[in-house]
Amino acid sequence: MTAYFDEMNGKGSGVRAPYARLQDWVGAMPVDLRTLKQAEAETLFRRIGITFAVYGEGGDPDRLIPFDMFPRVFSGAEWARLEKGIKQRARALNAFLVDVYGRGEIVRAGRIPARLVYQNAAYEKACVGFVPPKGVYSHIVGIDIVRTGPDEFFVLEDNCRTPSGVSYMLENREIMMRMFPELFRENRIEPVDSYPEKLRRTLASVAPAKCKGEPVVVILTPGHFNSAYYEHSFLADLMGVELVEGQDLFVEGEYVYMRTTEGPKRVDVIYRRIDDAYIDPLCFRPDSMLGIPGLMDVYRSGGVSICSAPGAGVADDKAVYTFVPEMVRFYLGEEPLLNNVPTWQCGKADDLKYVLDNLAELVVKEVHGSGGYGMLVGPKATKAQVEAFRLKIEDDPGNYIAQPTLALSTVPSFVAEGVAPRHVDLRPYCLVGERIELVPGGLTRVALTEGSLVVNSSQGGGVKDTWVLAE
Amino acid sequence: MLSRTADNLYWIARYMERADTSARLLEVGSRISLMPSAHGYRSEWDSLLQASGMAEGFARKYGDPVQRNLESWLFFDRDNPSSVASCLTAARENGRIVRTALTAQVWDALNSAFQELRVLERRERSSLELSELTDWVMQKAAMVRGAIDATLLRNDGYNFLNIGYYLERADNTARLMDVKYYVLLPRVEFVGSGLDNYQWTTLLRAMGAQRAFHWAYGGEVTAAKIAEFLILNPQCPRSLTTCVAGIANHLGRLAKAYGRETGAQGRARAMLADLESESVERIFDEGLHEYLSRFIGDAAGLGGAIHEVYLSGETR
Repeated sequence: MTAYFDEMNGKGSGVRAPYARLQDWVGAMPVDLRTLKQAEAETLFRRIGITFAVYGEGGDPDRLIPFDMFPRVFSGAEWARLEKGIKQRARALNAFLVDVYGRGEIVRAGRIPARLVYQNAAYEKACVGFVPPKGVYSHIVGIDIVRTGPDEFFVLEDNCRTPSGVSYMLENREIMMRMFPELFRENRIEPVDSYPEKLRRTLASVAPAKCKGEPVVVILTPGHFNSAYYEHSFLADLMGVELVEGQDLFVEGEYVYMRTTEGPKRVDVIYRRIDDAYIDPLCFRPDSMLGIPGLMDVYRSGGVSICSAPGAGVADDKAVYTFVPEMVRFYLGEEPLLNNVPTWQCGKADDLKYVLDNLAELVVKEVHGSGGYGMLVGPKATKAQVEAFRLKIEDDPGNYIAQPTLALSTVPSFVAEGVAPRHVDLRPYCLVGERIELVPGGLTRVALTEGSLVVNSSQGGGVKDTWVLAE
Repeated sequence: MLSRTADNLYWIARYMERADTSARLLEVGSRISLMPSAHGYRSEWDSLLQASGMAEGFARKYGDPVQRNLESWLFFDRDNPSSVASCLTAARENGRIVRTALTAQVWDALNSAFQELRVLERRERSSLELSELTDWVMQKAAMVRGAIDATLLRNDGYNFLNIGYYLERADNTARLMDVKYYVLLPRVEFVGSGLDNYQWTTLLRAMGAQRAFHWAYGGEVTAAKIAEFLILNPQCPRSLTTCVAGIANHLGRLAKAYGRETGAQGRARAMLADLESESVERIFDEGLHEYLSRFIGDAAGLGGAIHEVYLSGETR
């Protein structure tokens, strides 16, 4: 069989237990029914309006992310282990953030280089000395996880700012339940639909001390041209909170208000889906049209909470990533339950030499890159591409990290020829407020092109429903 | 609710109603142009574009009013902000922004109109009958309106939608009637002639009010009866009285829900009181065109007041 671990078939060792019933299901499904169901799913997505808008590239501005109906399944035991590891990591990342904007003990102890923290572009000097309510900087931590074997899980990267995609986790489930109710009778699948309620509770739990009574929570969106606008409005709707743009908010005195038809209404918690640089033109980019002038002053004087807190990005940097296991040990006194992928820092001379010598075998990423752009997948690249990338690394080594090309696990997927294994990753959404919570599930992204390891939707990736079976 | 949300809802309604009017204009124009006239084909269309405030843009882009160009301009042209295509697209985009304030049915109606529009745009133009286009628009407009009435929560958002509908409709009725002013009769003895009546009847037809008119008045079609029907009669769904009463009603509901009156309520009530005490004789004494121009100005003033107190977000 293949060199890859398939989550349904192992390495050719027979169907693994969590997938037992799915094998019967897929075996009994005639091709024409599958085609019909696929079309039905697409219609549902389009009707509900779950599209991600891509403007300025021509073509259909409302694109669908391909939805693969073959679910991805975790046993209860597998999930229990992942859950512990994810929560541990989310806790450590938040402890790190509070520390580096405070005394910086981890730097003083020599466990992470000062340069990586304090000279990091994502380090916000405006936040030094400020502790957000409940000591939480990152309220929604999206931790991207890949698997290479039955018990081998690795963290690919952390997203401490505003990880997106949770609407797909919810909608994929909704659509699967609508189309295949029998699957949900035969398998005992943990529900994920409590996520919006948990998110609302998490956000309300970090309301500033000045807030009396029930906190007013809003979602701040860059606007309807943003590719994730659907998700913003979807979450606002499910949480029953207002979806605001920067122009809807203004600062007066020590508080932030929204403009309503009945006059100004005070806002206590802002779940912002715009970057730090844009939230306050007086504090950050002066040319930002998206932000609210004066917001940071109100924030620092405890008049409003911002989620994620400005400055949280310093923890999810790809160079800082290497040190997350150290954070777990340093702050929690525990051994990390989830491993990092071994990573070479091109900024270090020894590492750089190794990377350049083995470029064709490695995955190289920009430290601040995202979305699968600006990366090299050595084994999949042509000689010319590798050489071109070599020049870029030599030009600015500190801007790159490298990792071994992982043998990402596969999950059976519906493709043109029938059912075939495709590589997947997982993004669970860990909520951090007064409590740390994780709904049993997440977003499984799948690289639908045969052999491809890039799961990003901007690069031809699709999504799957992710099941956690009840024990 | 957020002022911006209220504004989006208000504009959904205005754009849908405007799309409907543009389609009706197209129909009334092509009917008027079918009849013999003293001025010739060209001036009929000119007057129509004049009345709808779209003449300048059309002349700049196309020059001569050829039927096909007029169809393009009023239906498909995105350079014309009042074309059916522009209005349906804008209504749907406003809807997308405030999805959370709409029911699935309302969104579905807005979205499917937009999706079907894109199909129409791809079709061979020679395969599109004018009547097919105008019927389609009226049907889509009715579906959105129906979905709003049947499914939407009767909260402040519902009031803003209705205010948008009535305000736009009041403006459009006044402008459609004013077309008659621009389609001047060549000599005074034509007034009351067959030609004159034909023009009036076409107008009624464009507003889908021909049958209703006959039920309400019966007998001969006269300018006075039609003006009374379209301006003063509260039974006519497009009359200025009906529209202003609708605005006053929904503004009143807002004032009650919010526990405070604004300048907009006073303005609407004053306009309604004027209409209720008006007579068709006095309107003709003043001059129909002068009366309608004044009304269009008042309606715009009311729209401005509503914007200021509810939609701009500047309320304190």
